[in-house]
Amino acid sequence: MSTTTNLNIIGLPRDVYKGLPTTLCAGCGHNSITNHLVKALYDFGAQPHRLAKMSGIGCSSKTPAYFVEQAHGFNGLHGRMPSAATGAKLANRDLLVLGISGDGDTASIGLGQFCHMIRRNVDCTYIIENNGCYGLTKGQFSATADAGSKQKNGKINDYAAIDLCGLAIELGATFVARSFSGDGKQLVPLLQAAFAHKGAAVLDVVSPCVTFNDHVGSTKSYAYVKEHDFALHAPDFIMHGKEIEVDYEPGTVQSIELEDGSHVLLRKLHGDYDPTNVMGALGTIHEARERGELVTGLLYVDTKETDLCEREHLSETPLAQLREEDLRLSREEFAKLTTPLA
Amino acid sequence: MPLRRINDFTIRVATVNGSGSQSSNLVLSNAIFRLGIPVAPKNVFPSNIEGLPTWYDIRVTPKGYQCRTREVDVLVALDAQTWREDVAGVKAGGMIVHESTYPVSGETQRDDVTYFAVPFLEMGKKNFPNADLRKYLINMIYVGVVAELLGIDETTVDEAVRTQFRSKPAAVETNMNAVRLGVGYAREHLPKQETFRVERMSGKTEGLLFLDGNRAAALGCIMGGCTVAAWYPITPSSSLCEAFITLAEKYRVDPQTGEKRVAVVQAEDELAAAGIVFGAGWAGARAMTSTSGPGLSLMAEYSGFGYFAEIPGVIFDVQRAGPSTGLPTRTMQGDVAFAYALSHGDTKHIVLLPATVEEAYAFGMEAFDLAERFQTPVFVLSDLDLGMNSWMSRPLQYPEKPFDRGKVLTAQDLAKLDSWGRYRDIDGDGIPYRTLPGTHHENAGFFTRGTGHDEQARYSEDPQTWQRNLDRLTRKHETARQRVPQPIAEEANCSVGIIAYGTTHHAVVEARDILRDDGLGLDYLRVRALPLSPAVADFIERHERVYVAEQNRDGQLYGIMRAELPAHLIARLHSIRHYDGVPIDAHAIAEPIQAAELEPAVVTD
Ligand SMILES: Cc1ncc(C[n+]2csc(CCOP(=O)(O)OP(=O)(O)O)c2C)c(N)n1
Ligand code: SF4
Ligand SMILES: [Mg+2]
Repeated sequence: MSTTTNLNIIGLPRDVYKGLPTTLCAGCGHNSITNHLVKALYDFGAQPHRLAKMSGIGCSSKTPAYFVEQAHGFNGLHGRMPSAATGAKLANRDLLVLGISGDGDTASIGLGQFCHMIRRNVDCTYIIENNGCYGLTKGQFSATADAGSKQKNGKINDYAAIDLCGLAIELGATFVARSFSGDGKQLVPLLQAAFAHKGAAVLDVVSPCVTFNDHVGSTKSYAYVKEHDFALHAPDFIMHGKEIEVDYEPGTVQSIELEDGSHVLLRKLHGDYDPTNVMGALGTIHEARERGELVTGLLYVDTKETDLCEREHLSETPLAQLREEDLRLSREEFAKLTTPLA
Repeated sequence: MPLRRINDFTIRVATVNGSGSQSSNLVLSNAIFRLGIPVAPKNVFPSNIEGLPTWYDIRVTPKGYQCRTREVDVLVALDAQTWREDVAGVKAGGMIVHESTYPVSGETQRDDVTYFAVPFLEMGKKNFPNADLRKYLINMIYVGVVAELLGIDETTVDEAVRTQFRSKPAAVETNMNAVRLGVGYAREHLPKQETFRVERMSGKTEGLLFLDGNRAAALGCIMGGCTVAAWYPITPSSSLCEAFITLAEKYRVDPQTGEKRVAVVQAEDELAAAGIVFGAGWAGARAMTSTSGPGLSLMAEYSGFGYFAEIPGVIFDVQRAGPSTGLPTRTMQGDVAFAYALSHGDTKHIVLLPATVEEAYAFGMEAFDLAERFQTPVFVLSDLDLGMNSWMSRPLQYPEKPFDRGKVLTAQDLAKLDSWGRYRDIDGDGIPYRTLPGTHHENAGFFTRGTGHDEQARYSEDPQTWQRNLDRLTRKHETARQRVPQPIAEEANCSVGIIAYGTTHHAVVEARDILRDDGLGLDYLRVRALPLSPAVADFIERHERVYVAEQNRDGQLYGIMRAELPAHLIARLHSIRHYDGVPIDAHAIAEPIQAAELEPAVVTD
């Protein structure tokens, strides 16, 4: 065994975070996101056995097979992953729940469950691999396709896009970020911050479909996104217990402490942007849309709101591990409750 | 002198929905039950919060029949809208207690019944200044009137009132005062009647509970170790989850820390409720949802996923009359075939068919063992009649066995194994081994999917692998055949038999007595679960003809039997179907059998 293998903070090599070879198209944005996830989970020191990889149906939803092969995966139903993730988290609150979805999976068939997962603030990381189309069913428009964008066959989309970040913030999401599959520098720290966050962390990651939606006229192509990406800041993730070495000019970096004591550092790129301000976040999203830009970065974060398990006062011991003596009535209680004519 | 009917008649209370008559009806039922007399109440109510007619039938029978009867002997008429049809529905010789302002003339003037006019409304106005309370208390007046006319003593009514209002003792006196008003009025102004009387009896109700199936099932869930419940409100299943919540708040909250050993989610719809159940089941919790037909339709896709990915979960379906929204407050055994094969493709589920409150509890508990043992969805098909009506029940048994958590490999187990495969059939029973997320071993993980998979849970489109997996699932289903609650037979070497399930049971009990009086003995097999036990085929084998009675239009169990049994047995089956939305009565079963089995009576002038 080579002694030069790098190990992460829990002593695991990077290979442990890899999965089966991808079966997606070469160049698919989803593959890049998978690679960024491998790095983020490795850097974060996620324990594979505690990881629950959940997904719906779509090319994007296949990707949980392509990272952390050791971990449990749940490739469920189209649009219905949030409910399964909710159930899994309630059953075992120690799990690090990581949901992978697509824009069809989330913005169309699964919009209701997406909204209610946010409303309940289920502690999970929820990634939408957003390509503006249904990759797996061969390129039909999805509900995140921009009005006026062109399908490969020339058809123009007449309907306004659902902005999943704006919607999530409106619904009270406690962590909302947008990024691009081609920008690992931005995405990897955002992913780690999402893992650290307690509550539903939504990441809308634009992820071009090279086969059906990467042409001129598409607003989800590599070229278009690179051209119109408007990054609010350059994020960095500092694990809790690690010292923050600030070698930036004062006033150019915002530091946000997350629930577990870790920090996201946001080095400002375009003036002041405060991701703890809801109105500012919504305004920025709207303004960027009007300018035809794709605003990326940590759009909104709230570290005060309690997550579902906390709000429900769930026992520290995961529900799945409780036994007869924790769950059944005692003989006396039972007799009292079921006395004839009581 | 008219025929005396001691402890053997049916009272129908006709009121307006939303007037709070449920409490008074339960008080009346409970009081009669306390005298040792079997009662069987049936609430026939509208899908409405206020204003539509509602009926409550209290069947009083010395034999303890629990099914509905078509006959009404004593009418309490408090709904002007239905006054005419209510009068017409009373059997000759019956009695009618009615609001005195209702006209007794023309059609409503019958000379074969006795009228007892009571100025309920006027008494209410005079005695209960609070208009909000008045409508409830007027109902308590009729409890007093009826108690006095039938001969129920005041102490017993008092006990029944205390039981009904045990959670708000302050209401007891107010309600008892209203009862006493009724008693006083009857004593002073109404003639005595001797035809319909109750008399204390013994040997029938001692030790019995008086409980509805939904609450019993909820207790089953608690005792069965359910820790995650997800639901979306729907009649007639809501009271199951609501009862579960009440029990959980009392017994699953740590008094010191406030920590809960349960999670209840009121989901956004039944799709999500099912998703929460299978997500939780996958992660190792015992999880359930309760619903009715429309919700079950929405759970189809996840149920197929649970079947194919092999994830435990319990789904209660308290059946109501369909198709579509149908009659939301009426009963049916309409989802049996649908639940059995719920979802597309080659799907077959375990379905439990409780007939009694005792079984609603016991199957509610056992469903969790079966779900984890077989790693599959388990459906408990109750119905509105069982779920929402109060029934006499034998005492519920405290579980003597620990949970059966099925084939779960722990980290220690994995340490001893070189390899394992999620969908390998090691034991030949079709049931594979699983691991739970969170198991601290590098081999623990596997990829759960609804797509085609091999023994290692890897994606596969290979034809042999696909078919092998389906065949293993069939093997698992066959194992379940012997392990689900087995049928109960009552046989006396008759040549004719009857098969029924669920609440149809109670009509069969009475129908067999009717037929016995006609000289026709009928052997009986009560099916309690799907897949069908081999005992079903054996029973048919022993009989020349077998009637299959159920509460749906198309004979759903009959259809399942036709699909699964050999041809020579199918030829012996005759289907009896009842589907008008109200619970089946004995004659709906006895009449077609009489017509087919008995010599036509010789007609003489
Ligand atoms: C209930 C249901 N309806 C339709 C489908 C077919 N289907 C599979 S994937 C998909 C769209 C996936 O789009 P998206 O979520 O954007 O994923 P992508 O492939 O683009 O990554 C559809 C419609 C299905 N699997 N289930
Ligand atoms: S079809 Fe599109 S989304 Fe699917 S794998 Fe290929 S490139 Fe990716
Ligand atoms: Mg897509």
